[in-house]
Amino acid sequence: MHRNPARPLSPHLTIWRWGAAMAVSILHRVTGAGLATVGALALVWWLVAAASGGEAYARFAGWASWKWALLFWVPLTWAFWQHTLSGLRHFVMDVGAGFELRTNRLWAWLVMVFAVLFTALTWAAIFFWKLV
Amino acid sequence: MKMVTPLGRARGLGSARTGAHHWWLERLTSVSTLILFIWFIVALFRLPAYDHSTIVQWLSQPLAAVPMILLIASTFWHLKLGLLVVIEDYEHGSLRLLLVILVNFLAALGAALAIFSVVKIALTGSAE
Repeated sequence: MHRNPARPLSPHLTIWRWGAAMAVSILHRVTGAGLATVGALALVWWLVAAASGGEAYARFAGWASWKWALLFWVPLTWAFWQHTLSGLRHFVMDVGAGFELRTNRLWAWLVMVFAVLFTALTWAAIFFWKLV
Repeated sequence: MKMVTPLGRARGLGSARTGAHHWWLERLTSVSTLILFIWFIVALFRLPAYDHSTIVQWLSQPLAAVPMILLIASTFWHLKLGLLVVIEDYEHGSLRLLLVILVNFLAALGAALAIFSVVKIALTGSAE
């Protein structure tokens, strides 16, 4: 598309007041991009290491169970839940439901709250069963 | 060069019948990825340990290897479609074609590496 740079663009992100629906939409993209890049990389590294033998696997496991690696795993877990719950919200909206302002805002907030809650529950479960 | 606007050129031609294809595949792969990740998380929680021999033994079972391969295919297909939408929304310059090609190639590379690894484990079992 050809665009005359001298002409103004329609108002974009900087001009809108923040709302829950806008935040969920942006977070869906950000978490999706994060899962698709670093998340996918971790999955591939894990499987390639497992197929490459004990030494390669120990290198992966050593990094994955390093205590500072939690700074990677916990945000990744949150990204997973945020993107998953947000995706479920998209299914509701795909059938044409949930577009009323109050309902839409409520669902957007619920997605963000439950993403944090499920992240906490996931890690509580991991530590409870002493899996790490 | 004809003096016709893009709208004028498209008007009257009817739809290409592929407008919703990307959208539909994105939804389809999101459902399959969700189902397979629920399986994956439950399976990981049920494993007694996460050392090399446990993982290899687990992935050498058909009922672990096959869902894992499906998970990889579904996930990489979904992430490719998603990343393409992001690129198409924000990048309009000459970088766009390069990024689209890169995402397609890297998604194929990642999926191939992961699937081959699972197949190797499944077929060679606990061989070191």
